[in-house]
Amino acid sequence: MSISETATKPGLSISDLNISFRNKDGWTSVVRSLGFDIAPGETVAIVGESGSGKSVTALSLLGLLPQQSTRIEGSIRLGDKELLSLSPKDLKALRGNEIAMIFQEPMTSLNPTMCIGEQIAESIIAHRGISKSEAKVEAIRLMEKVHIPSAARRYSEYPHQFSGGMRQRVMIAIALACKPALLIADEPTTALDVTIQAQVLNLIKELQEEEGMAVLFITHDMGVVAEVADRMVVMYRGDVVEEGTTTEIFANARHPYTKALLSAVPQLGSMSGSSDPQPFAIYDINTGLAAEASVLKSTVDTSEILLDVKDLSVRFPVQQTIFGKVTARVHAVENVSLTLARGETLAIVGESGSGKSTTGKLITGLLHPTAGKVEICGKPMRQDTRQSLSRSVQMIFQDPFASLNPRLTVGRAITEPLRIHKLASEKEQDEIAASLLTRVGLSPEIAKRYPHEFSGGQRQRICVARTLALKPSVIIADEAVSALDVSVKAQVVNLLLELQQEMQLGFIFISHDMAVVERISHRVAVMYLGEIVEIGPRAAIFSNPVHPYTRRLIEAVPVPDPSRRRDRHKITDSEIRSPVRPGDYVPPARTYREVSPGHLVQDAGPEWAA
Amino acid sequence: MFWFLRRGIASLIMLWVIVTLVFMSIHFVPGDPVELLLSQDGGSADPATVQMIREDLGLNRPIVEQYVEKLKGLASFDLGRSMVDDSSVSAEIARRLPRTLELIGLAALISLVIGVPAGIYAALHTGRSFDRAASYVAGFAQGIPVFVLGTLLILVFSQMLKLTPAGGFVAFSQAPGRHMMLLLMPSLSIGIGLAAIVFRITRASTLEVLPLDYVRTARAKGLGDRRIVLHHILRNALIPVITIFALQIGSLLGGTVLVEYVFNWPGLSGMLVSGVNARDYPTVTGVILVISALFIGLNFLVDVLYGLTDPRVRK
Repeated sequence: MSISETATKPGLSISDLNISFRNKDGWTSVVRSLGFDIAPGETVAIVGESGSGKSVTALSLLGLLPQQSTRIEGSIRLGDKELLSLSPKDLKALRGNEIAMIFQEPMTSLNPTMCIGEQIAESIIAHRGISKSEAKVEAIRLMEKVHIPSAARRYSEYPHQFSGGMRQRVMIAIALACKPALLIADEPTTALDVTIQAQVLNLIKELQEEEGMAVLFITHDMGVVAEVADRMVVMYRGDVVEEGTTTEIFANARHPYTKALLSAVPQLGSMSGSSDPQPFAIYDINTGLAAEASVLKSTVDTSEILLDVKDLSVRFPVQQTIFGKVTARVHAVENVSLTLARGETLAIVGESGSGKSTTGKLITGLLHPTAGKVEICGKPMRQDTRQSLSRSVQMIFQDPFASLNPRLTVGRAITEPLRIHKLASEKEQDEIAASLLTRVGLSPEIAKRYPHEFSGGQRQRICVARTLALKPSVIIADEAVSALDVSVKAQVVNLLLELQQEMQLGFIFISHDMAVVERISHRVAVMYLGEIVEIGPRAAIFSNPVHPYTRRLIEAVPVPDPSRRRDRHKITDSEIRSPVRPGDYVPPARTYREVSPGHLVQDAGPEWAA
Repeated sequence: MFWFLRRGIASLIMLWVIVTLVFMSIHFVPGDPVELLLSQDGGSADPATVQMIREDLGLNRPIVEQYVEKLKGLASFDLGRSMVDDSSVSAEIARRLPRTLELIGLAALISLVIGVPAGIYAALHTGRSFDRAASYVAGFAQGIPVFVLGTLLILVFSQMLKLTPAGGFVAFSQAPGRHMMLLLMPSLSIGIGLAAIVFRITRASTLEVLPLDYVRTARAKGLGDRRIVLHHILRNALIPVITIFALQIGSLLGGTVLVEYVFNWPGLSGMLVSGVNARDYPTVTGVILVISALFIGLNFLVDVLYGLTDPRVRK
C-alpha cells in the first residue's frame, strides 16, 4: 500500500452519542454522551463488561439496531459524512464497503447453506459491481491474504468444513472485501482457543498496517486490549468512565472501575515465588478501594489421595463401513494417569479437542472408559459402585444459564441431588438449601425464586451450592468461570478458594484460561490431543515449560501490559490438529521424563521437531 | 454422491419390506380370505366355489411359491386381476393414478405459491395487519373440512356464478380446457388447506432464522433486502417446510377420497375405498403397494432436496 492511499482514508469521529431502547415502560438509556475519535491506521478499544453498551455502540455505527425501538442522538462522522442522517439506501451502500464488522461467534456468523467463497464474493459484487467470475478471483485472493491454506480448493467448501479459527479468517476476508475505512471487531477472539486467538489478532494487525484502516476493537479482555489497542475507552453501564492511551491507563488508571477491571485481569507470572493458590484482590467499584486479599494457608494433605486415575482411555467410533468395521475413531483420551490429594487443585489445561472435558466426565462416571481405571478415595469405580462413588465427585459446568432447570426454584435445584440419593427429608432440605446459599455468599431468602431472576455470576454461585449439597470431596469445575465477566470471574474463583480452605476440597479445574489456572491451582496437567504432555507443580510448569506445546500455549496468552507486546513474527499459522484417527491407528508408546520432582514431561514426538 | 446412492439403496430395501408385509397380511388375516369374501350375505360359502377362487388366487400353493410368484409378478408390473370383474388391477391403477397425481400436483403448486411468499412476508412484518389477517385466514382454512370447502366451492362457482362445472371428469386428450376446469376446483379444495399449513411453517421457520448471526452478517455486508431474503433466510428456512410438506403430500396419496367423491373425480383413493368395500384383495393390495412405492419415492426425493439445500446432510 502506498502512503498516499493510506492518507486518503477517512477517520471516525463520534460525539455526544446517546442511544435508548424502547420497552414497555418507555425509553431506557443504554449509552450516554459517548465521544471519541479514531484516526486512520489507529486502533481504539472499547472495554467493558456485559451491559456496558459496547456492542450496542458498534451496531449503531452500522445502522444495524432495530429502527422502531431504538433512538440514536448525537453525531457519528466518517470523514465528512454524517452517518446518522444517511438514508437507508446510502447506509446500505456504506455497510460492508466503508465500514465492515467482524462478530464474536465465528461458528454461527456464516450461512451454513452457502459455500465460503460465495459468501465472500457476494460482498464484493454488492459494492463493486464486478462480474461473478472476477469476484471469484478476488475472493480467492482475499482468502489467501487471510492465510487460508489452499484457498482455491476451499472456495466451494461450506462453513461446517472449517474450524472456528478458519471461519473467523473467512469473516475477516468478508470484512476486508471492499477495503473499508473502518473495521469494527466485536469480541472477535473471545470464542477462540488461545493459540488461535493470537493468530487472529496478529492477522488483524497485519492487515491494518497494509490497508491503513481505522480499527474499533470491542472487548472485555484487558490482555487483548494491551496487545492491540493504541487508545482505549472504558465503559460502565452506558457511561464512559475513562479514556486515554493504553499505556497511560495501564500504568495509571484513575477511575475505580478501570482499576477493578485491571486488578481482575489475571497476569501470567504474577504468582512466581508462591506454590499455593492466591485469591484475586477485589475492588469496590464505588469507592475504588481494594479489599485486602487474605493470604491462604496450605490445604494440601498428600497423605490422603482422593482420586487416582490410571491409564485412562476412551475412544469413540465416528465412521463405519456398512458392515460395522470402524474406519475412524476419536481418540478422545489416551492413557491419562493422574492423582489428586485432599485439599489440592489440579488444573487440566488444553485447547478444543484436547480431551480435557472428556477426562472430567470419565472421572465423574458420566462416561465409561474404554480402558484404564478410576479410584475414588481408594475405591475403584465399577458399574455397581458408580452411583455411591459419584456422590463424592460433583461437577460445575461452564454455562450457568443452561445448567439450571428454569422450572425448578433455586432451593429445589440445590437440594435435587439430596432427593435423588434420598438423603434428607423435605424439612431438612429447606434448611440445607438455606445454609448452602449463605455459604456461597447469597441470601437464603432466594431459595423460593427461579433461576432467570439472577445474573450469570449469581447463577454460577447457585451451581456451586448445588455441588456442595452432597458434601463431595472432589469437585470437577469444567470451564466453570470461562463464561463470566472478569470481575465476576474473580469473585467466583475467590469463592472456590474459600471453600477449599474451609472444607479441604480437592478440585479438578478444567480450563483453557492459563492466567486463571495460574491463580487457582497447585498442580497443572497440560493435555494435547487426548494425552497429557506435561504435568507437574504449577510453579514448575509456568516458570519452566518444557514440552513444545506447553510453551506455545503459554506464549500465546495475551500479556496485559502494553509495554511488553509480543513479537508477532513468532506466531505460526498452524491449526489445532484433530484427534480423529484411522480405524487401525495404534497410539505410539509414550515415555515421560522427570525434569524436577513431580514435573513429568512427555518426550516430544517427531511431529514437534522444529 | 455417496450419500445419494446410499439413500437410494435404503429406499429399495424399504420397498421390498413393504411388498413382503402386504403379501403376508393376506395370510395373517384371521379366517380364510376367500370364505370371508363369499360369506358376506350371512350364509356359509359354497365349498366348491371357495376351492375355485383359492386356486384362482393361487392360495392353495405353498407359501414360498406364492411369494416368489408375487415378486415375479411385481417385476413385470402385474398386480393380479380384480375379483369383482376380472379386470387387470395394473391397468386400472395406470388409468386412475395420473388423475390423482395431477390433482395432488396442482394442489401442491397452489399451496406453495400462496403459502411460501405469504409466510415469508408475514414473518418479515410480524404483528402488522397482513400478518394478523393471514394468521386468521390460515386458521380458518386449516380448520374447514375439505368436503365442506368443496361443497362451498361448488355452491359459489358452479351454482351461483356458473363459472365452472360442478364435477366430473373428461380426459385431457379429449377436451384440454374442460379437463383443466374440472381439475381446478378439487385441487383448490385440497390446496387451500395445504396452503394454510405451508404458510404457518414458513412463517415460523423464517422467524427462527431471522435473528440468527449469519443474517446479521449478511446485513453488515450491506447486501440488498432481496438477496438477504432469498439467499440467506429462505434457503435455511425452507428445510422444515420441505419436511412437513412432503409428509402432507404423502398422506394425500391415499387421502383424496373425500374430494374425489365430492367432485366425482375417478382417482386412486376412490378405487381403494371401493376395493375395500367389495373385499377385492388384489385391488386393495395393488393400490396399497403403489401408494407405498410412491411414498418411498417421495421420501427419497425429499432426501435429495435436503442434500441440495443443506450441505451438512451430504455425508
